[in-house]
Amino acid sequence: MNNPYFDLLMWARGPGFDIALTIMIGGILLRVVEIVVLGRKKDFSKAKGSPIGQGIKTIFTRSVPRKGAMKEAPVTYIGGYVFHIGFAIAFLFLGAHIALVTELIGLSWPAANKALIETATAASVIALIALAWTRVKDPVRRALTRFDDWLVLVISGLPLVSGYIAVNQIFGDPTLMMALHILSAELLMIAFPFTKLMHAVTFAMARYYNGSIQGRKGAES
Amino acid sequence: MSTNAEKPHGREALDALKSHISTGNARPVLHEIHAALETLLATGTPATIDLGAIPFAPGDERLLDEVLGKGELSATLTVLGTSHVEETGIPGVWRIDHFDQNGETLSRFVEVTFLPEILKTQRADAEAGLARLAARLEEHDGRTH
Amino acid sequence: MAVKPLLPDLMKAHGISRRGFLKYCATLTSAMALPPILAPKVAHALETTTRPSVIWLSFQECTGCTEAITRSHAPTIEDLIFNVISLDYHHTLQAASGDAAEHAREQAMKDNWGNYLVVVDGSIPIGNPGFSTIAGISNLDMLKETAEGAAAIVAVGTCAAYGGIPHANPNPTGAVSVSDIITDKPIINVPGCPPIPIVMTSVLAQFLTFGLDSIEVDKLGRPKAFFGETIHDRCYRRPFYDKGMFAEGFDDEGAREGWCLYKLGCKGPTTRSVCATVKWNGGTSFPIQSGHGCLGCTEPDFWDNGGFYKPLSVPAGEYRKLGLAAVAGGAALGVAGGAVGRANKARAARAHETVDAHDLEKKS
Repeated sequence: MNNPYFDLLMWARGPGFDIALTIMIGGILLRVVEIVVLGRKKDFSKAKGSPIGQGIKTIFTRSVPRKGAMKEAPVTYIGGYVFHIGFAIAFLFLGAHIALVTELIGLSWPAANKALIETATAASVIALIALAWTRVKDPVRRALTRFDDWLVLVISGLPLVSGYIAVNQIFGDPTLMMALHILSAELLMIAFPFTKLMHAVTFAMARYYNGSIQGRKGAES
Repeated sequence: MSTNAEKPHGREALDALKSHISTGNARPVLHEIHAALETLLATGTPATIDLGAIPFAPGDERLLDEVLGKGELSATLTVLGTSHVEETGIPGVWRIDHFDQNGETLSRFVEVTFLPEILKTQRADAEAGLARLAARLEEHDGRTH
Repeated sequence: MAVKPLLPDLMKAHGISRRGFLKYCATLTSAMALPPILAPKVAHALETTTRPSVIWLSFQECTGCTEAITRSHAPTIEDLIFNVISLDYHHTLQAASGDAAEHAREQAMKDNWGNYLVVVDGSIPIGNPGFSTIAGISNLDMLKETAEGAAAIVAVGTCAAYGGIPHANPNPTGAVSVSDIITDKPIINVPGCPPIPIVMTSVLAQFLTFGLDSIEVDKLGRPKAFFGETIHDRCYRRPFYDKGMFAEGFDDEGAREGWCLYKLGCKGPTTRSVCATVKWNGGTSFPIQSGHGCLGCTEPDFWDNGGFYKPLSVPAGEYRKLGLAAVAGGAALGVAGGAVGRANKARAARAHETVDAHDLEKKS
């Protein structure tokens, strides 16, 4: 006799993770190296400013929305920040996740109280719902939306929701809900290189490119 | 203040260490006892609370003892090991703790009653006792002292 | 065949008063996780039911379950259960051996056909039934033969319930559980490595006092009274888990302060058992209280759960090699892809190809 829920959990911790890790890492490496190898057209003009310095500076300055942008799209900006920061807190400060990171790369740091994690999780999910709402309401965004956008919204929310349900035992067998939570994270990992989730890696490259191009011209970025 | 000879060791030391563990279950149990005592006085219905049925750590035991206190009556039952039947400082609230021959805990109860059943003489035992008494009287019949 | 005396008469014969019988019933009721108000019912049941025959079969096991249930010199609750039942066969405990013992088993089966209880500990090897035999009879044959006239079977210990340690990877003997072989009799699984002694005897006691139907079981055949909640649900270290205070090693400050053992591999969240409340050795302690994470020993395949010291959130496989291969492979493919892209760009430039807005919509 076996426990199918436990078998599912062990699959998620075993072959499931192996598959997801391979696809995610292989995919990210492939795309990033490809971008770098493709390179940029060489600019033969004389540099008026400092391309490298401005490139690096722009990676950070773009984190703050430009003047007027908040008024233009408050839900997008605030929702975006709340989602990202909430997701980061929920992932990085729960003891179980820190154990995962320690196993993978050896780093460790103190864990936070479950109450903080749950608040961050709830805020993130609300932000995701708000972002989905603007995407539907605004005609321009609606016209621009593709399958990729909806997919990413859903699979980013699944680990948050399933994690909350599993830890608080809202419903379902504890072992099964934990297995589903791990599987939802693996789904996110697999989809990573094929969707706009790549922005998590490429945002720095894009900001650098834009900054260095403008920096070379001696213009603002 | 205490010499090495007075320092607790072995089981006592372990108990001292464990006494800081508490689950927070002592308070609900005490309120349950309070309600049971009210019912006993109102309707005469006794109640039994099994302390082994809920997580109850030494810290909880300590709180229970502190609140209930020590009463004026205590009895020791010697059968299948030892059992302690004691009325606490709250009359009507009894502690019944059963131990086996090795002193290991078998079960622990709080009984809210006017008289715990186990203190009363059991009819079957009295009947067996009657037979024994009759036999002894017969044996000693010829003797005057 | 002599009429077997009822427990109260047995006690009287041993000089135990009715007060002693009441003490015994109170403790037994508590052990069965029943409310104290049912103690009189338990007493009544013991006073009126006849002593059922029990045949205990020990197969591929370490004898830990038998040790756990009989651990004492003086009569204990566990020993008294053996006085309630008529243990007609137990090849480790009984005095008879060889043919005489087997004959005793066959006689008990015949005399009590349809009514005897079979208790099994140890798994059954079916890869080659010859791996484990008693008096020349393979476990497989003895189980099938003995189960035929049984009222019910209690599979005691994780080996009998789910295969246990012999069943663990790579399972060289082809070990299986009782329920993998017997499918037409009611089976109650009491897993644990070993199960808590009082849980084993309570299940037997409940069978004897209130009958098989009174025992509610879950999907894995375990009595819900003892396997309804997880260790995590009742662990006294939960406040530390909730506050994010974890022991990182077995000797660090967190460990000494009694913090949560999740990071040291505790499987409490996925393990159903009453260790956290009933505990061991008469309520003395249990693994977590002693500073070691739960092994998950009441669950099937717990030996293959990724390692006792790997937290539940950590992958259990050999992912590092795959990860490194993915890095190398991905990078290589990226270089190739980039090179192809550059070549295409150069060719397009040479051919003076133009790009317009519609090209942006093209997939490739």
